[in-house]
Formats: sequence, structure tokens, C-alpha cells
Amino acid sequence: MSKESIRTPLGKVRGLGSAKHGAGHFIAQRVSAIALVFLVPWFLISLIGAVRGGYDNALGWIADPINAVLVLLAVGASLYHMRLGMQVVVEDYISKHSTKNILLILNTFICVVLFVAAAYAVLKVAAI
Amino acid sequence: MSDWTDKRPMSPHTSIWKWHLTMASSILHRVTGVGNYLGIFIVVAWLFATAVGPDYYEPLSAVVGSIWGQLILFGFSLSISYHLLNGLRHLMMDTGTGYKPKFASFTAGFVFVLALALAVGIWIFSGLVPGVDPLNMTGA
Repeated sequence: MSKESIRTPLGKVRGLGSAKHGAGHFIAQRVSAIALVFLVPWFLISLIGAVRGGYDNALGWIADPINAVLVLLAVGASLYHMRLGMQVVVEDYISKHSTKNILLILNTFICVVLFVAAAYAVLKVAAI
Repeated sequence: MSDWTDKRPMSPHTSIWKWHLTMASSILHRVTGVGNYLGIFIVVAWLFATAVGPDYYEPLSAVVGSIWGQLILFGFSLSISYHLLNGLRHLMMDTGTGYKPKFASFTAGFVFVLALALAVGIWIFSGLVPGVDPLNMTGA
């Protein structure tokens, strides 16, 4: 055991620690953040115009091909980004193994369900 | 001198910590992240209701248009604008700049003010507040 190590002998024997996936998570969180810096302002400004004119205006907004692509990009990048973020929140605060794993799986399910619902909605309107 | 002999670094003692702007900023970034997580349910519900038809769109519009719906929507706007602007601050700090305590506190405070101004500005200038439409966005 080297002098510099701050790990306890018990910790070394248990072998727990980094799963060596941290850098990938870190980078994915930031790359999606960079995409969202551009997508979210567009989405907000565009959406405010879309909600103003009632149902037909909303339908027409989604049906526009450029809007449809950008909406799916914005929602997709948001869901990807928030899945990564919520994963960290759960890992930070929930130490009980079973609860933590259930919440992590639930987090993934929620983000996938929301994405499929959004993709279905946009394609149903725009891909006629 | 304490009789603490463990060479490993100690965690900060939460009971003797005072609030710092940077600390509040960090906590609020996480809180607004969770807020946005909840808020996107409304966005997806809106897209879904629009695709399914007016039978779904109109009731959702009524709920979102109610006073409680508008309050939640404003909270969501605040949450987005804070997380977006502080996210930019985080991206800047990821490059290794902005860590000097005074400057970090300044940018933290600056983002608080800017986020509030952005959310309020969006609501006022987009004509989302009934009777307030300085740019005539609703074409009334």
C-alpha cells in the first residue's frame, strides 16, 4: 500500500469504486447542454407563438417540417440531458441499493416513454 | 490540537458552514434541473394532446390557462431560464475559468438576477400576461 493512497484496506478489499464510466457521462452531459443552449431558446420563442392562436395554429406549427425536426431535437436532447442529470441526483442521495436501482430504471423508463410520446405526436401531425 | 489521526481528507462540517452565493447557485442548479424534469411532462402532454385532437387539447389548454396553471408555467419559465443561464456559467467553468472566489460569487449572483429578468421579460414582452402587451405580440 503506497503512502499516498487515501483508501482504507477494507475499501481496497471490497473493490468498490469508480466503474470507469464517469468521463463518458460527464462529456455526454455537456455535449447535450451545448445543443440545448441553441435549441431551448428557439423552442421557447417558437412555442409561445404556437400556443397563442388556438388549436389550429398549434397543429400548423408542429406540421411545419423545420419545426417538427427542431421540436424532436429539442425534446430529445432535453430528455437525454435530464436522464443523465437525474441519474446523478439519484446516485448522490439514495444509498440503499434496491431503491437506487429501482429509481435509476424508472428514470430511464420515464425519459424513453416521454420521448416516444413526443415522437409519436410530432410524426403523427407532421408526417402525413 | 485535536486527536484526529486519520490522514484522509475530512468532509466539510455542514453545521458550521455559512451560505455562499456559489453554494446557493450550485444547489439551485440542481433544484431547477429537477424542476425542468417535471416541467417537460407539460410540454410532452401539450404535443401529445395536439396530435390526438381538440378533445384533448382544449381541456389541457383550460388547465394550463387557469391561474394555477399559469403560476406553474411561470415557475417552469424561471426554472428553465435559471438552469440555462447557470448552465452557460457551468460550461465556462468547465474550461477552467471563473474560479476566483470573488468572480465566481459575482457570476453566481449575476445569473440569479439575469434569470429572473429573462423569465419576467419573456412573459411581459411576449404578451402572455393578460392586458400587458407592450410589443403588440398578440396583434390586438
